Amino acid sequence: MPFALRLEKRLEESQLTAFLVPVGSLLLALAFGAVLLQAVGADPWRTYTAMLEGAFGTPAQWIEGDFYALTETLVKATPLMLCGLAVSIAFRMLFWNIGAEGQLVMGGFAAGAVALWLPDMAPWLPRWVFLPLMALAGIAAGAAWGILPGLLKAYVRVNEIITTLMLNYIAILWLQHLYYGPWKDPKGFGFPGTAQFATFTWLPRLFGRVHLGLVFAILAAIFIWLVLSRTRWGYEIRLIGENPVAARYAGIDIARNIILVMFLSGGLAGLAGMAEVAGISHRLQHGLAVGYGFTAIIVAWLARLNPWGVVVVAFLLAALLVGGDQIQITMGLPAAMALVLQGAILFCMLGGNILTRYRLRIVRRLPAEVVQVAQEG
Amino acid sequence: MDVALFISILTITIRAGTSLLYATIGEILTERSGILNLGVEGMMIMGAVSAFAAAFHTGSVWVGVITAITVGGMLALIHAFLTITLRADQVVSGLALTIFGSGLASFLGQRLGPGGQPLVGQVGPRFEKITLPLLSEIPLFGDAMFRQDILVYGMYLLVPLTWFILYKTRPGLHLRAVGESPHTADAMGLNVSGLRYFYTILGGMLVGLGGAHLSLAYTPGWTENLTSGRGWIAIALVIFATWDPARAVVGALLFGGVNAVQFRLQAAGTTIPAAFLNMLPYAFTIIVLVLITWWEAFRKRVGAPAALGIPYMREEAV
Repeated sequence: MPFALRLEKRLEESQLTAFLVPVGSLLLALAFGAVLLQAVGADPWRTYTAMLEGAFGTPAQWIEGDFYALTETLVKATPLMLCGLAVSIAFRMLFWNIGAEGQLVMGGFAAGAVALWLPDMAPWLPRWVFLPLMALAGIAAGAAWGILPGLLKAYVRVNEIITTLMLNYIAILWLQHLYYGPWKDPKGFGFPGTAQFATFTWLPRLFGRVHLGLVFAILAAIFIWLVLSRTRWGYEIRLIGENPVAARYAGIDIARNIILVMFLSGGLAGLAGMAEVAGISHRLQHGLAVGYGFTAIIVAWLARLNPWGVVVVAFLLAALLVGGDQIQITMGLPAAMALVLQGAILFCMLGGNILTRYRLRIVRRLPAEVVQVAQEG
Repeated sequence: MDVALFISILTITIRAGTSLLYATIGEILTERSGILNLGVEGMMIMGAVSAFAAAFHTGSVWVGVITAITVGGMLALIHAFLTITLRADQVVSGLALTIFGSGLASFLGQRLGPGGQPLVGQVGPRFEKITLPLLSEIPLFGDAMFRQDILVYGMYLLVPLTWFILYKTRPGLHLRAVGESPHTADAMGLNVSGLRYFYTILGGMLVGLGGAHLSLAYTPGWTENLTSGRGWIAIALVIFATWDPARAVVGALLFGGVNAVQFRLQAAGTTIPAAFLNMLPYAFTIIVLVLITWWEAFRKRVGAPAALGIPYMREEAV
């Protein structure tokens, strides 16, 4: 090859590329998706239009006051925001929590347990305490599922990527065991799922199927932003993430921080699980673990771990998921198309990111003899 | 324990361990060169779906194997380009590869069947068992070890070969050098980026082959989520094996053994709920990882290549 790619460090981050890279990444990913769709015999343009309309609706629908599509996107954005925040706070200090999915499931499980069994066990409790109790149970269970790998990392230095990931499978199998087995609704005609929760344990809906969980997510974003930017603890988290060695010399207790952060991270994902079962399904059933915890990793990274960024990106990726469901329903195309596009966008962003810090130069490679002469001379 | 039960468990252990071992050896080679590729699960599941699809449409398991190897290598190339040339974060790039691969495998599995139909439930060609003469007569072990499919026999050759190359040859020394100290390797005149590209792609090919063993031999056919975390278990096995191919065998046998016990218990009609049996490999992974990490720290050994996960820039000092 007479030419080679060379990277030259930019003196300052380029503002123009910082804007162009996400846009370009989206376009490149869509182009890749179009090739894939074409290859399996689908019309890319029609597919993308269907996805867009499925996620946001059409102007004609808006004029009639039909915002169904948009509210469905907000429904999916809610767990993505909470899990995205959960993942991003852990990633901030370079703790790779890949376990939001399992923490969400455990949160849903604990909230479901409260909703299913507590009303009968303690009928004297006032009805308004159930939802707060479910939220607390969800947060506690998610946090416990997050603290376990946190402890192992802090005190035995066990690789947290593997442990958080393995705990996902265990949580999902545990929940499946319950709604296929001992907790299955006896009146459910053999359908795998628990009985429906009592109506007073349902999260209030705001509009469409959008429930109070969306408010939790926004409040969580404010909370995380305050912690990171306004507190000593947030400063410690950022310092550990940016320079663990310096953090240790500064006397910061890294083990303690790992455990605290995983409490918060797991708790947020657990709250997402609680909101899903109390706000949407109103029972424990198949469909709680649909990959929000994994998409949350993409959300967190595309948002550059910024809490406000998480809110925006979660909404956009939710639109992609709803659009994916839409093409499955109306065109019979696999909803997994949304996952493929997500992965492709992340790849392009990863690759493009370098352009904000480095200048890509195509340089002419000198023939070997010339280099040798130059070195000898 | 009676002999028949022992042989049956050992047979399943080896069959279940083979795909894991291919993936583990592949990842060991990649990580030895200093590149952490967390995309094993994604490459493995893509290997599995592409192998089955290709074998199904051509009727040849070997076309399936070659397709899986190619697909695994191509996915690894994406990771190599992003992390070596563009110096992207290796953890994020690997995770992206897993998410991308899992999504694409699911998508293709629903479209690559006959006439654009799903592949799920289709019956295609598979690797048949081959009984090796003489060797299979060895008491106790012969039956389990030498009445297997050809990919298992390939594994018997691959492990010692990898070990030998890694520890006893010049290319193996070069591989370890770029993973331990890329600056020194560069000063020695080695092409650090080139070697890292080579071993990342080679690793991806082996992972793809492991996926092919799943869909063409171990559980022939395609189902959604076929790998069910085996790629991640392979990454745990790399740590367990302390980046040594010989020790990876022990790990793969342990995990294959867990699978076999799970299999036997289910067949014997145990009262333990299936969900708990299915949890075994994952719970076992965590426990083993904790023990091995604790033990290695106790012995003050560092198994990981020193430059693992760190991008190499000639211009930037150590």
